[in-house]
Amino acid sequence: MAEPLLDVQHLSVTFGGTSPAVDDVSFQINTGETLGLVGESGSGKSVTAFSILRLLQPPGRITGGSVRFQGRDLLTLEEREMREVRGAGISLIFQEPMTALNPVMRVGDQIAEALLVHGKATRTEARARAVELLEAVKITDPARRVRDYPHQLSGGMRQRVMIAIALACRPPLIIADEPTTALDVTIQAQVLELLRELKTRYNLALLLITHDFGVIAEMADRVAVMFKGKLVEQGSVRDVLRHPSHQYTRSLLAAVPGAP
Amino acid sequence: MPLLEVRHLVKHFARKQGLLRPSSVVKAVDDVSFTIDEGEMFGLVGESGSGKSTTGRCILRLIEPTSGDVMFRGENVLRFSADRMRMARRDMQIVFQDPYSSLNPRMRVGDIVEEPLVIHKLGTKRERRARVAELFQLVGLEPSHVTRYPHEFSGGQRQRIGIARALALNPALVIADEAVSALDVSIQAQVVKLLLDLKGRLKLTYLFIAHDLRLVEHICTRVAVMYMGKIVELGETGALFARPTHPYTKALLSAIPVLDPDAPRHRIELDPSSFERDAPLKEIGAQHWAAV
Repeated sequence: MAEPLLDVQHLSVTFGGTSPAVDDVSFQINTGETLGLVGESGSGKSVTAFSILRLLQPPGRITGGSVRFQGRDLLTLEEREMREVRGAGISLIFQEPMTALNPVMRVGDQIAEALLVHGKATRTEARARAVELLEAVKITDPARRVRDYPHQLSGGMRQRVMIAIALACRPPLIIADEPTTALDVTIQAQVLELLRELKTRYNLALLLITHDFGVIAEMADRVAVMFKGKLVEQGSVRDVLRHPSHQYTRSLLAAVPGAP
Repeated sequence: MPLLEVRHLVKHFARKQGLLRPSSVVKAVDDVSFTIDEGEMFGLVGESGSGKSTTGRCILRLIEPTSGDVMFRGENVLRFSADRMRMARRDMQIVFQDPYSSLNPRMRVGDIVEEPLVIHKLGTKRERRARVAELFQLVGLEPSHVTRYPHEFSGGQRQRIGIARALALNPALVIADEAVSALDVSIQAQVVKLLLDLKGRLKLTYLFIAHDLRLVEHICTRVAVMYMGKIVELGETGALFARPTHPYTKALLSAIPVLDPDAPRHRIELDPSSFERDAPLKEIGAQHWAAV
């Protein structure tokens, strides 16, 4: 079998407290695959994502393990090399598009910036690509919308802009941290549908971080359940949802309203 | 007689004229009518901006409605004087969504729960303290924690403090405005269990305002679906979820992620031209109305 796209082994992270925020976590993601990382507040799922990209804020610190991506251990790279990986290799979509986008910059310029930073396009090309990318994320009238500021867009449209930025450099892996949590359920359905389409179209792998097992069931191939910094269970979505083996997974599933 | 009857409730917000924008009117609540019987758990669902929270606040006159009637035990609370309204609020209380912003961070939690009793001048200091301890026990909090401050509690515990405060005056009706939406799913399940438990023990009636349809399906006896200021469908929970009739209800229910990875998915997109926005509710089945 080919090497996985992302191979996280024995990752541990501390914030200086008595117990580690991430405790000996290992998982893999193959090209084109979606892994759902599920857990409640404080379980360490977002910290895991930030650690992969080495975006932890002090006092957060990786204390052990490896993060192999396309054959290289990201934890041993120079900061300069790491900047190449962010965006071009792995990009990140956040929960709150209003705080993640720059409020005083036109959305087209924010998409173009992603390309320019990585030297993937000239200014003129980047502008044209921004329009194409807005079209790819199904924003109507993209040629006009590139000139909009974030506050002129609805929540669902802002999240589409975030996805367009994440896609700009065609990374093989996107980490989406609660990408639809702040959205209404009908808008969530549209954004999830869009992510599914883009995944197929670009053969994207997705690390989908969420607290919602419904979203996992709709989107993921495999799921990993996190509790107090540890992965307590992982497996195919079908197996874990139908036959959860860990007590915590069972209690989490039972707490979903209307769960059988 | 129903405990609460809302008739033709309307709330318009005026948008002031801007530099390049003419003044306009936002119809946040646009002719909303429903009744809630004693002991009922009535769900009011809708997405952001549908007017569900404004409806809840108009009932308590935390926002003054533009027109309509809010009959509580047969009396129109919209006609009440300020004093009479303050008395009426003993019977109608609200639990808010955000357990962080709805509790004063500089007050001890015991004082927060006692405050309604002080405002309504009920009991002696000693009696009020005893009542606070009783309320803490009722909502599953440690009575010895009354001297702590809100930041010392978790989100779920803070929501219990908010519930204790709402129950201090022995209300008949509790409006739960997204009361469990901000909580993690396992904590949410505990607080929902508490709300249901209190309903039985204290004979409470709930107006449960929520966007989480799975939760509403699970706990409410009847549901009203709001869309752009109007109720587009109303009925017994089982019937409404089994046979959604209004195009918006269909789209909304079809958008809920299903836990079963093999379940068939028929996403229905809302086509706004497929219905008349001003259509009145009409009976389409037993205890089931839709604006079609």
